Amino acid sequence: MNVPGNLLYTKDHEWARIEGKTAYVGITDYAQHSLGDITFVDLPKAGEELKQSSFCATVESVKAASDVYAPLSGKVTGVNSKLAQNPELINQSPYDQGYFFMMEFSNEAEKAKLMDAPAYQKYVEGLAE
Amino acid sequence: MVLRQFTQEGDTRPSVRPGRLATWRKIDPVLKTPLYEAHLALGAKMAPFGGWIMPIQYQGILAEHAHTRQSVSVFDICHMGEFMLQADPVESGFARLVTQDITGMPLGACRYGFLLNEKAGILDDLIVYRIAQESWMIVVNAATTETDFTHFKDNLSPRCVFENVSAKMAKLDVQGPLSAEVLTQIFGPKIKELNYYTFSEFKVFDQKSCIVSRTGYTGELGYEVYIANDYVGRLWDLLLSDPRVRPAGLGCRDTLRLEMSYPLYGHDLDDQHSPLEAGMLKFVDFSKDFIGRDALNAEQKKNSGRHLICFQADSRRSPRNGFSIMDKGRKIGTVTSGSFSPSLGVGIGMGYVRGDYTLGAKLTLKQEALEIPVQLVKRPFLQKTSLLSI
Repeated sequence: MNVPGNLLYTKDHEWARIEGKTAYVGITDYAQHSLGDITFVDLPKAGEELKQSSFCATVESVKAASDVYAPLSGKVTGVNSKLAQNPELINQSPYDQGYFFMMEFSNEAEKAKLMDAPAYQKYVEGLAE
Repeated sequence: MVLRQFTQEGDTRPSVRPGRLATWRKIDPVLKTPLYEAHLALGAKMAPFGGWIMPIQYQGILAEHAHTRQSVSVFDICHMGEFMLQADPVESGFARLVTQDITGMPLGACRYGFLLNEKAGILDDLIVYRIAQESWMIVVNAATTETDFTHFKDNLSPRCVFENVSAKMAKLDVQGPLSAEVLTQIFGPKIKELNYYTFSEFKVFDQKSCIVSRTGYTGELGYEVYIANDYVGRLWDLLLSDPRVRPAGLGCRDTLRLEMSYPLYGHDLDDQHSPLEAGMLKFVDFSKDFIGRDALNAEQKKNSGRHLICFQADSRRSPRNGFSIMDKGRKIGTVTSGSFSPSLGVGIGMGYVRGDYTLGAKLTLKQEALEIPVQLVKRPFLQKTSLLSI
């Protein structure tokens, strides 16, 4: 399982990559693997205000549907429009081409509630299959 | 990310309808097929299905689906039930048990039909094989094997020889446009002489006899192979040694059958629905007697208007089992099968509705806040396949 060192993680298997005031958001390798082949994704709209841990997107695979939660609070500044026709990018490249959206996060302190890579790795290893 | 719902690929126990559980035998959920270890070695994702622990996928449902439509897949279907019957069809009561005509079947023919209760509710769908004048194989669903066996016993003359051979008989489905080529390598050129819904006996390995029928549940040219448990591992390995063949799980079996609008027992068919409502009267022969015939006749006259429809979404969003089917804000029915269609690239599904809805009708599927616009389409969803290519 791939857990890049430069990201922050939630217990619900979302990741955030911080670049200045912007956070890129997606779901982890563990999440895409448990879902299986992803067939559909419903993303938030640019301009939408999100609250940390609140519902922000839906992801569907052949066999399951899941809700995705915002890792941080802030305003959505852009979405990965490629996912509409190519949701398999989430399976193929969960941390890069399969990112969900970008947001301008509003509260620096919220980062403390997220896990770093070693903590997430340990967390996932502790989960029963 | 939190998992909101799982659709089990057709676990036929009707857990969503608590009133009916009493009619079902409690099933040990961990029966293993002779290929269980082989699936683990291939890295399969395993899950319970019809009382068995079965492979759902190996490399992935979409890839396995595409491979079946383009090349050849082999499926472990050992969980399905097989009965052997030695009997005259009329004297024994066998002919009365099945909705199709049995007595007129030629030797080497397979026939799809239903087992009904007195109210014309569907107890199971099955395939009858006529091996000899008075020798038959009956293939039934996994979760209904025990109840079907009891139903047969209760209605068959006690003098006939009737045996449930499911525990020693294995079954592999070999499906895909190149399946005839692949099986010719194993069983010889006689494979290509099999017409749709016929079978023959073939010898493999140490002159071991097995039954191969040209039948399937994918919509592609394909075969179902019945062989003793002791030999199925060798056959599985031999099939997979052919570079055209890959293993496929029950996940893609479900998307493949749904694209053909083949009903799945426990979802699209059950004892609360009749063959009339399921739109399957072509598998019912009213010129003969069968259990449920009077009720089905009466139902035809009265016609409740409830019937199974096929619908297609306007997006990649998947309809799911249990979603409400709505017409202008009014609930008219419930989804019984739904999935993303890998071949069509949109959501598809089936469900029962009450009312007069024709092709092209625009309806909405609803589950809590989610709404999916759909349109009524004809069966099957997928029109061109290799099913009748030879």
